[in-house]
Amino acid sequence: MNGNHGTDHLDAEPVDGDTRYGPDDRIAISLTVNGEKVEAAVSPRLLLSDFLRGDLGLTGTHVGCEHGVCGACTVHLDGMPARSCLTMAVQVDGMEVRTVEGLAEPDGTLHPVQRAFRECHGLQCGFCTPGFLMAVTHLVENEELAETDDGLRAQLAGNLCRCTGYMGIVAATRRAAAEIASKG
Amino acid sequence: MKPPCYEYVAPDTLAGALRVRAECEDSVVLAGGQSLVPTLNFRLANPDTVIDLRRVAELATVDTRDGMIRVGAMTRQRTLERNEAAFARNPLIRETMEYIAHPVIRSRGTIGGSVAHADPASELPCLLVLLDGELTARSSRGERTIPAADFFEFVFTTALEPEELLVEVAFPVLEPGEGWAFREFARRHGDFAVAGAGATLLLDDAGRIARARLAACGVATTPVRLRAAEEALRGAEPGTEAFRAAGELARDAVTTVDDTAASADYRRHLLSGLVNDVLTRAAARARGPR
Repeated sequence: MNGNHGTDHLDAEPVDGDTRYGPDDRIAISLTVNGEKVEAAVSPRLLLSDFLRGDLGLTGTHVGCEHGVCGACTVHLDGMPARSCLTMAVQVDGMEVRTVEGLAEPDGTLHPVQRAFRECHGLQCGFCTPGFLMAVTHLVENEELAETDDGLRAQLAGNLCRCTGYMGIVAATRRAAAEIASKG
Repeated sequence: MKPPCYEYVAPDTLAGALRVRAECEDSVVLAGGQSLVPTLNFRLANPDTVIDLRRVAELATVDTRDGMIRVGAMTRQRTLERNEAAFARNPLIRETMEYIAHPVIRSRGTIGGSVAHADPASELPCLLVLLDGELTARSSRGERTIPAADFFEFVFTTALEPEELLVEVAFPVLEPGEGWAFREFARRHGDFAVAGAGATLLLDDAGRIARARLAACGVATTPVRLRAAEEALRGAEPGTEAFRAAGELARDAVTTVDDTAASADYRRHLLSGLVNDVLTRAAARARGPR
């Protein structure tokens, strides 16, 4: 077993297939977060959600239920939406991670999905919003939206909102999809 | 709500994974993590060792030759769901998979992970029992194939030995003209099923039922085949009368007691309706031989 228990873990090395790591060991991971290269040393039991919030300070990713039900912690892994609370940080070694902080342009211009949520009142308290933004962004950029609102609500069912009643979220999703489609 | 302490190994190869599996008495396998990580976060599982299969590339394959759709255990659920060759040979796979949690979960969750987790309410185990699928387990001592009927033993309990690893899940293709359907009921979309049912229906030259297969999930400690209803349907005229009777025969499969999701009586009622419904849908999709 590796025995590096230091606080800075400068000696952490990339995962080795034959090594058994204890909870106090650190494994070096290398990934891209919102386009920037990140090198870090993580415990094998660290959740990606806690890594993003605690280690990288990206607190836009919210942690709600921590068992995959609420969707507040949704991020993109290699372009696919995923629950960061159901993913270990070591598992994203070598991957591209996109969080809600990566949606707006560097100059602060909002992503069409963010703008649509604001214009259509797709949020109230805002707790679920980062997860919804990530899920809806993947939906409008990669999937076909259901024609009926019932169908669209089923597509959005992986994220829970306790404030809005979903009316504004459905409207925002349609508006963002229309804007993205009109730009081709 | 954080994972407990465990030893972590991420082998580069299947052989390496099997070696660790043989050495550890109490190991769990991390595939997509969509069932394992919640059980770790809840501390429902407290394993000595977690074996992460993310680097074992040889387990993420889909092979559709020879009447079987052979799926490597690490194949993501979304990948199989979207596989057109698999859909052409057995469209029931896609219809069933659309009920598994949410797309976001399916983009991480794996076929082998869901099957080995063996939640009695889950869809893939039910589909395998329905289709007489096969599961391939490997250990450092060799490989064996387990029929789906023998694989699921109890809630979260399978025929896998502690040193074995589920490496492949095989779904038989449907016969030409065979009808198919899967439906389930949950209180919210994507929640664990209160009950679900799947059916296949093959008609003979005279338009009568040559073979009906029926299975249910969420109603017992394992997925179950509804044999009595299948028997009663053989030779029958497909239609409301036969399907309603099959639904009534299926109700005996409900062996769970009242729980927080539903009473046993409610599940019996629900299952009879689901069976009637999947048979009606399967019949609409079935074509007799030319």
